[in-house]
Amino acid sequence: MTARDVAHSDYRLPLHRRRKLVNAIALSLSLAAMAFGLVWLVWILWDTLILGVKGLSWQTFTQSTPPPNAEEGGLANAIVGSVIMVSSATAIATPIGILAGIYLAEFGQRGWFAQVTRFINDILLSAPSIVIGLFVYAVIVAQTRTFSGYAGVMALALIVVPVVVRTTENMLTLIPNALREAAVALGAPKWVMIMRVTLKAARAGVVTGVLLALARIAGETAPLLFTALSNQFFSADLGQPMANLPVTIFKFAMSPFANWQQLAWAGVFLITLGVLALNILARVLFRQK
Amino acid sequence: MDTATVPSMANERIKMDVHGLNFFYGKFQALKNITLRVPEKKVTAFIGPSGCGKSTLLRVFNRMYELYPEQRAEGEVKVDGENILQSKEDVALIRAKIGMIFQKPTPFPMSIYDNIAFGVRLFERMPRSAMDDRVEWALKKAALWNEVKDKLTQTGTSLSGGQQQRLCIARGIAVKPEIILFDEPCSALDPISTAKIEELIDELKHDYTVAIVTHNMQQAARVSDYTAYMYLGELIEFGDTDQIFVKPARKETEDYITGRFG
Repeated sequence: MTARDVAHSDYRLPLHRRRKLVNAIALSLSLAAMAFGLVWLVWILWDTLILGVKGLSWQTFTQSTPPPNAEEGGLANAIVGSVIMVSSATAIATPIGILAGIYLAEFGQRGWFAQVTRFINDILLSAPSIVIGLFVYAVIVAQTRTFSGYAGVMALALIVVPVVVRTTENMLTLIPNALREAAVALGAPKWVMIMRVTLKAARAGVVTGVLLALARIAGETAPLLFTALSNQFFSADLGQPMANLPVTIFKFAMSPFANWQQLAWAGVFLITLGVLALNILARVLFRQK
Repeated sequence: MDTATVPSMANERIKMDVHGLNFFYGKFQALKNITLRVPEKKVTAFIGPSGCGKSTLLRVFNRMYELYPEQRAEGEVKVDGENILQSKEDVALIRAKIGMIFQKPTPFPMSIYDNIAFGVRLFERMPRSAMDDRVEWALKKAALWNEVKDKLTQTGTSLSGGQQQRLCIARGIAVKPEIILFDEPCSALDPISTAKIEELIDELKHDYTVAIVTHNMQQAARVSDYTAYMYLGELIEFGDTDQIFVKPARKETEDYITGRFG
C-alpha cells in the first residue's frame, strides 16, 4: 500500500490493526505449539539414535536373542519374526480392506448395509490394540492351546483392515463423479470403471494408507503379547510362538541385564528407522500423484 | 403444442424419437412431457436458462441418470425405432452407441494413448498396429493429433484444458458411436479452444448425429441445424435454427433469445 492509499482509507485502519494483532498472536501460539511438539520428537529420535547405534552391530542381524549377561547375541529372530508377521498381516488385510473400501465408496454409498459396515469399521478403527490382542487370544490361542505366529498375524491384520477400508473409501470418494460418468459413458461396465479408472486415480492415496497401516503395526506390542508371545530361538514356523521386535523390546527393556537393555535400544532404533522410512515413502508416493 | 415435427424436417431421416418423456429427481419433476425428433447427421442444439432441464434431457439419451438411484425417466426415447429406456440390450452397449462429452474435461489417469484406447478395448480386440491407427484417426478427427503425436505416452492430465477437452472428444469418437451428446463442451474453455471445438462439431455431423447443450446462444446459432428452446422442464419451441433465431414462433423464445428474458 502506498501512503496515498492509506490516507484515503483511514477508516479501515482500526480494524486492520486489530486483525494484524490477532493474527500475530495466533501465529505465535501455533509456532509455540509446533516447537513444543518438535522438541519431544527430536529428543526421542536423538536418544534412540545415540543409544540404539551403540547397541547395534553385525551380530544384531545375525544372532538370536541371548541369555542374560551373555557376551554375544542379537535380534535376528525378532527381526525375522516381525518382518514375517507384519508382511503376512498386511498381505492378508490389504485386499480385504481395499475390497471393502470399494464396496463402501462405489456400491453401498448411503444404503443401510454400508452405513452399518462403516459404523462398525469406525469402532474397529478406534479399538485399543490390547482389546484386539485379547480377542485373538480368546478366539485362537485359547482354542489351539498355544501361542503362535498365526495368532499374531491375525491380530495385526485386524488392526490393518479398518485403516485400509477407511483410506480406500476416503480416497475413492475424493474422485469426482465426472470421471466415473466419463468411463461409463464410453460403455464401460462398473467393474472396469472401478478397476481401471477410479481405483487407478486413487492409487497413490490407497498405497499411502497401506504403508501407514504397516508402519502402525510394526510397533504394536499389545496385540502380540497375547498371541505370538515371543521366542528365544530362531523360528520361521508360524505355528509356533514367534519372536518379534516389540515384545522383545518390552521384555528386554524391563530387565535388569545390561546386554538385554542394549539390545532393546537397538530394537527401538530399528523400529523407529523402519517406521520413519515407511512414512517418508508414503509421503513421496502421495506427492508423486 | 405439437413439437414432434418441424416442417423442414420432412426430408430428414430421424435418428432419435422422443415421445412423452417425463423425468424425476426424487419427487421433483425436471422434464415434462417432452416430445421431439432428432434428425440423423445433423446438429441439434438445446438452449434455455439454467435449470430448464436441457442437460437432464441429454443425460436421459444415454441413460446416464441410472447411475443415481433416486432419478428416473418415464416415456419413450426411440433410437432407430427401439425404445432405449425399456431396452433389453445391456446399457453398456447402448452407451457405446451413444457417446457423451462433458462440460469439464475428464482425462483418465493414464497416457494419452490409453485414454483413447480405453473405450476401444472394451468392445474390440485388435492388434497393436490397428489400435495405433485407431488412436491416430480419433486424434486427427478431434484436431489434436499434431499437438500430441510426439507425446502419446504422457498422461492425459498434462495437457491444457482445451487439449484435454479435445482428448475427451477423440476418446468419444474412437469407439465409433452413432450419436454424440455434448453437454456444454466449451463452457470451461477459452475462445480459441471453443472455436476449434465448434469447427470439430461441424466436421462431425458428416458422420454422426450430434446433440449439444449450450448456454451460449451464439454457439447454438453457429453450430446447429435445429434448435430446441426449453424452460422449466418443458420444450417451448423446436425448429430450424435459422427460424428460431430469426423469427421464433413463441414469444417466450423470442424474449430469451433477445435477452429480454426476466
